[in-house]
Amino acid sequence: MRPTTEDALAHCVAEASGPLRIIGAGTRDIGRPVEGAEISTAGLSGIELYEPGALTIVARAGTPVAELEAALDAENQRFAFEPMDHRGLLGTDGAPTIGGVVAGNVSGPRRVAVGACRDHMLGVRYVDGSGTIVKNGGRVMKNVTGYDLVKLMAGSWGTLGVMSEVSLKVLPKVEATASLAVSGLDDAQAVAAMSACLGSPFEVTGAAHMQGVTYIRIEGFEASVAYRAAELTKVLAPYGTAEVAMGAAAEALWLDVRDVRPMQSTPGDIWKLSVRPSDAPGIVARAGAQSVMYDWGGGLIWVEVAPGTDLRAVLGTFSGHATLIRASEDLRRMIPVFQPEPAGLAAITSGLRAKFDPRGILNSGLMG
Amino acid sequence: MQMPAPDARVMALKARLVERLQEVLPKAAVIHDPAQTRAYECDALTAYRCPPLCAVLPSTTEEVAAVLKICHAEGVPVVPRGSGTSLAGGALPTADCVILGVAKMNAVLETDYADRVIRVQTGRTNLSVTGAVEEHGFFYAPDPSSQLACAIAGNIAMNSGGAHCLKYGVTTNNLLGVTMVMMDGSVVEVGGAHMDAGGLDLLGLICGSEGQLGVVTEATLRILPKPEGARPILIAFDDNAVAGACVADIIKAGVLPVAIECMDRLCIETTESFAQAGYPDCNALLIVEVEGSDAEIDHQLDLISRIAEKHDPVELRQSKSAEESARIWLGRKSAFGAIGQISDYMCLDGTIPVSALPLVLSRIGELTEKYGLRVGNVFHAGDGNMHPLILYDANKPGDLELCEAMGAEILTLCVEVGGCLTGEHGVGIEKRDLMHAQFAPADMEAQMAVKDVFDPKWLLNPAKVFPLDTSESRRAK
Repeated sequence: MRPTTEDALAHCVAEASGPLRIIGAGTRDIGRPVEGAEISTAGLSGIELYEPGALTIVARAGTPVAELEAALDAENQRFAFEPMDHRGLLGTDGAPTIGGVVAGNVSGPRRVAVGACRDHMLGVRYVDGSGTIVKNGGRVMKNVTGYDLVKLMAGSWGTLGVMSEVSLKVLPKVEATASLAVSGLDDAQAVAAMSACLGSPFEVTGAAHMQGVTYIRIEGFEASVAYRAAELTKVLAPYGTAEVAMGAAAEALWLDVRDVRPMQSTPGDIWKLSVRPSDAPGIVARAGAQSVMYDWGGGLIWVEVAPGTDLRAVLGTFSGHATLIRASEDLRRMIPVFQPEPAGLAAITSGLRAKFDPRGILNSGLMG
Repeated sequence: MQMPAPDARVMALKARLVERLQEVLPKAAVIHDPAQTRAYECDALTAYRCPPLCAVLPSTTEEVAAVLKICHAEGVPVVPRGSGTSLAGGALPTADCVILGVAKMNAVLETDYADRVIRVQTGRTNLSVTGAVEEHGFFYAPDPSSQLACAIAGNIAMNSGGAHCLKYGVTTNNLLGVTMVMMDGSVVEVGGAHMDAGGLDLLGLICGSEGQLGVVTEATLRILPKPEGARPILIAFDDNAVAGACVADIIKAGVLPVAIECMDRLCIETTESFAQAGYPDCNALLIVEVEGSDAEIDHQLDLISRIAEKHDPVELRQSKSAEESARIWLGRKSAFGAIGQISDYMCLDGTIPVSALPLVLSRIGELTEKYGLRVGNVFHAGDGNMHPLILYDANKPGDLELCEAMGAEILTLCVEVGGCLTGEHGVGIEKRDLMHAQFAPADMEAQMAVKDVFDPKWLLNPAKVFPLDTSESRRAK
């Protein structure tokens, strides 16, 4: 099914006689494999409203990200949360949709400075599991009218409702980008160096460590970037000599970080861990990883392990959460893809699911 | 404004309830003498008052859990309270409720500068969170104007913002984790010192739920390094619409000010005679603040000046020193107090798309004529969060009702142009009965279903947020 109007979408869900598999363009095949009749939101496409002066864009859920980015680019604006493109890592193809970005709360390296996709969400329209159309939030920057179901829908992977429209905050593009690189740090030193930069007043918008090099990104007006690059070089001095890259080279590097390029053609399974940065090196030390990459100043760890490994079992208890991003369907059926919740939270989660999707038909089981 | 009639069954329970509460709390922490419960009869929305059945002031999460367990078992409504600074009546009691105040719980539990987080008990005031970390060069970003007094608990309940949220976001964008006591007394941990949720974003749902889903007793907050410096520019215009256009141009130009504040003539004149900030004689005044090193600030302020000059301003005043900055901010920061000196007022909180600013301001002007009440406008222009202050006379019979009717019309207008009823104060009781203007029945049903999950008996702050007739069947359980 590929409805082209919200009403048709609502009709599809209301009339469904069994489980539904909700997808945008299907480029983010993450979660426990889902059985059911497919509903694609790709037919719900198009920008409904774009006000550059109000930093707001509203689009139907199936609108390709590329189309939105082109429109933003024409006004010298962008999605500040820098949504990752999963195609390289997961080996999928198609044109990623904005609904998919929101459904997965997909962000990028700038998340550490400006927040995740959910922090840039202003409003949502969705069809719940009974086929009822619901709206929440709106198109203004500040809105505390009623409960924030917008955040709840972001990252719910189509399990609470099928999104038909999303509205997002956008921000101006920057005049200049610089990237500082320090080589040869071990994991603990790298996290400490990244923390020192993120704890400085120099507005770091990216802090990653991969393939033995620690990278710090700054963005803004030309003169300001030059000034802050010099200041951050001093902050980094105790850890090593920083090399500074500017412009296109710096931008390309952060695209690699965003899309986890070093792991795109590796053979192992890929896990994504969200942890307290200072815990990260200790967690990695016991992960038995084939390869590792840090983003968000150490708060995000990409871990490659031998196929079939249950990384949570290897790690034992840790503070944070682990998501199995790339693995065989078998493994994704066998172990939870998303971090199991303690009993109290699990009860709330299942209570919410029962309200939003009483028949349990929307991407049933995807999140566990 | 109506509140549900107190439940006679609960009223009759008072003696036993107080006894049970005293078994789990120190005696002094259970306030039941009518002379003392009066202290909790209202919050900052002082037009409405009602002393609670009793008030409790627990000191730990365990004590909060014990209190809620008792109230849950006895079927007694609970109204959580931070510092009582809500402008929306979020902490207004009913006669049959227990006020659960977290004011005693104000400890800092942990600070970590490497990971840039602080964990506090939620009775701690907003400003004292920054106070705990500023020696190390950090601050807590959300800055509601009541920040000297307001508690983190209330900030989380209302998802509070402030003048600087244009750059730093509101509470939900700076909250990483909470310890929350459910109405049945069970305790849940949501989030932590890490980013994002591992499953559904329950933290995002809890933040802004107006104390209706649980009582948050501890919070992990993101702290940020303080900028090297900050300075504003003052821009005066003859016309509100031109000021609005200038705001849009500044935003489009790629400058990201930390705040863009706007005041209209009534506010400018009133604050001028009150605080003598030296504001120019004009119809609209913008204060735009930017951050960075001295050179970075100069660069940004020059850019803003060039944009503003295209709009033919009456005056441009670029701050060059801390003293000049303080003078520019003086009037804006005194605005509410200054208006309070000349009249009773009601402060609205509607948010509109920035592009609708001229239209909404001119419609408010028309409503001023229609109702015969004056309105001062002071607002966060960068994000369209308006604060129309409707002036009325509390001693004049019928004036409050007239003021409320005018307020309702202004807020409905905000919704009509694509905005919302409340940008940072919350719904509480104040906007409760206007929710139909913004939400269809199905939209509200989806929200109420969330409360059904967290608080099936609808005992937590039950008469707020949703119109009484809409929530009646649930509350009557």
